[in-house]
Amino acid sequence: MALKTEEMVLNMGPQHPSTHGVLRLELQLEGEIIKDVIPHIGYLHRCFEKHSEAMTYPQVIPYTDRMDYLASMYNEFGYALAMERLMGIEVPERVEYIRVIMGELQRIASHLVALGTYGADIGAFTPFLFCFRDRERILHLFEITCGARLLYNYIWIGGLSNDLHPDFIRLTKEFIKDFKPNLKELNDLLSFNAIFIERTADVGILPLETAINYGVTGPNLRASGMKWDLRKDDPYSVYNKFDYEIPVGSGEKGKIGDCWDRYFIRVREMEESLKIIEQAIEQIPDGDVKSAIPKRVKPPEGQIYTRVENPRGELGYFIISDGSLNPSRVKVRAPSFVTMQVFPELCKGFMVADVVAILGSIDIVLGEIDR
Amino acid sequence: MIYEWLYNITGSSILSMFVVSLLPLFVFILPFALLAVLAERKVSAHMQDRLGPMRVGYHGILQTVADIIKLLQKEDLVPAATDKKLFNFAPLLVFAGSYAVFAAIPFSSIFIGSQIQLGIIYIVAVTGLVVAGILMAGWASNNKYSLLGAMRSAAQIISYEIPTLLIILTIIMITGTLSLYTLSELQTSYFWNWMILGGPATGLQKILYIPLMIIGCLVIYISTLAEVNRTPFDIPEAESELVSGYHTEYSGMKFAMFFLAEYANMFAVSAIVAIIFFGGYQSPFGYLGNAIGLHWLVPIEQFFWFTAKGLFFVFVQMWLRWTLPRFRVDQLMAFCWKYLIPISFVILLLAGLISLI
Repeated sequence: MALKTEEMVLNMGPQHPSTHGVLRLELQLEGEIIKDVIPHIGYLHRCFEKHSEAMTYPQVIPYTDRMDYLASMYNEFGYALAMERLMGIEVPERVEYIRVIMGELQRIASHLVALGTYGADIGAFTPFLFCFRDRERILHLFEITCGARLLYNYIWIGGLSNDLHPDFIRLTKEFIKDFKPNLKELNDLLSFNAIFIERTADVGILPLETAINYGVTGPNLRASGMKWDLRKDDPYSVYNKFDYEIPVGSGEKGKIGDCWDRYFIRVREMEESLKIIEQAIEQIPDGDVKSAIPKRVKPPEGQIYTRVENPRGELGYFIISDGSLNPSRVKVRAPSFVTMQVFPELCKGFMVADVVAILGSIDIVLGEIDR
Repeated sequence: MIYEWLYNITGSSILSMFVVSLLPLFVFILPFALLAVLAERKVSAHMQDRLGPMRVGYHGILQTVADIIKLLQKEDLVPAATDKKLFNFAPLLVFAGSYAVFAAIPFSSIFIGSQIQLGIIYIVAVTGLVVAGILMAGWASNNKYSLLGAMRSAAQIISYEIPTLLIILTIIMITGTLSLYTLSELQTSYFWNWMILGGPATGLQKILYIPLMIIGCLVIYISTLAEVNRTPFDIPEAESELVSGYHTEYSGMKFAMFFLAEYANMFAVSAIVAIIFFGGYQSPFGYLGNAIGLHWLVPIEQFFWFTAKGLFFVFVQMWLRWTLPRFRVDQLMAFCWKYLIPISFVILLLAGLISLI
């Protein structure tokens, strides 16, 4: 007699330790094998886009902070850039340099969270704390600069809220010096650990074709083998003045585009970000960071789409202005939101434990998905 | 041993039996669990550049006491949809399984709860109770995460008992005894008599045994790690996937029972490794008590050596836990069936051949 079997529906989240926020996954299981995944999003929806319409342009900046709360600097960066292009503002060179330094520090901080929590998802708890230890130094740098550790409101339209703290350059240099050995330690402890490789290599493979079809960007796309980085391919700010590489996934431990590739691409991006920061610190010119801030932000009628390479991929702002003080429409192309759509494709046929590994490797932030 | 001694003093068999059965709990398991929980937190903290508990007492030494008081005060919460009888019984069974192991463990040559001739087999058998308890807890909780955790745990414990048993079988074959006391006595005097270095065998036989014993020791240590659900084999309670596995729904004292059982088990398996391969309670280099003529000192020294060895292996377990990621459930099974079991079979075979020399 054949046993009657049926598929089990397992509800993962919204309160679950490794859904990285309030994401709810409906898993259809056959034993422990995933048949289908249905992500339910929206638990963190705060009406960012609608809310912006009632705000003046500078008032939107604190709201952008709250989208991708692990990369607030970069959200402000993108918004400020879009507004400056819309209004035709030339910002001083020093402002551009500081923005790049802040942006790259933020990229390192964001990747540290991604890698640390990824380690914790796989079961290695110690790398998590090592990563947070280093991230703490970056947050301290932000804190002395603008007073906030998570939601900065630092990059304003046409300038910055403050100039750098007198200690900033020295502390950043010290951080870079200390961080390089720590990165090697992370590699020894986690990246090249045999069990870690066993868990992540050949799991959740994202073929390049699928990635492009779904519009996946950022480290996840690069891990699938495409050299596409807006800092190089659609340069903004002063990124073309620095010498750095764009790492791509090589399929070193398994197939190209597996979880290990997506993990390791972030380690290598941190190294490249360090290079950019080192060069930027050397070249930074003097100047007034507030000179180009407009007294009244009232852009001409028109619309603009500006995209920047945020730690999670292509962050785009589409702003329509009707010539008044409030934006008529602010639309955000959130990289996590786009990446989330490919997630069910990645999971099919793997096990429950792999869902956690795959979800961690695409590094989503729910604040940005739901906005 | 202790039982006879007590019997001679009190003259009452029931009283002495009662005292003997409670001794390991109060003399050993509870203080050990208190210490081990704190040690785990301190060890992990220092490995991770943290301080760990610092507020309760000097450097937080009273933290576990505070935790226990908190757990005692907690409401005994039984979720509505559970199977109440099984739900309440499961933690007892799990704890009983790990507690019963201590009955047969020789802490020193006179401090043995019960000197059973089939000591090794008894220990392996009572550990099986734990599986039943875990399955019960997972099923009774009426929670999918608990059930998945319990199923994984049962599969894992049963699989990993096979390599453990095969290695134990090898040892039984070489030494010809099933009693843990006799096994410890065989490895007496110096550390080159420990089983890891070939045991009491001599000459060519001893040299041939050494590599087998070292591999066997690794195999048994790995499989006991899996049996007590420690990292890298902690998938039954993998918090990133299954919240906390079979004890997700438990709180208060029932949770504390699972917790206590886990720590008691950690020491129990470490003790088994120490007894089988590292001479049990035997000192690595003679006894101070014998040297200076105070023979009553010897059992105390033995107790010291036994706990030292046990605690060392517990420390290694903690060390591994805070260093390694965890396996996936199928990889865990593959590791057992594809590597550990064939290796232990080969060891069994080779040891058999060598013993013919």
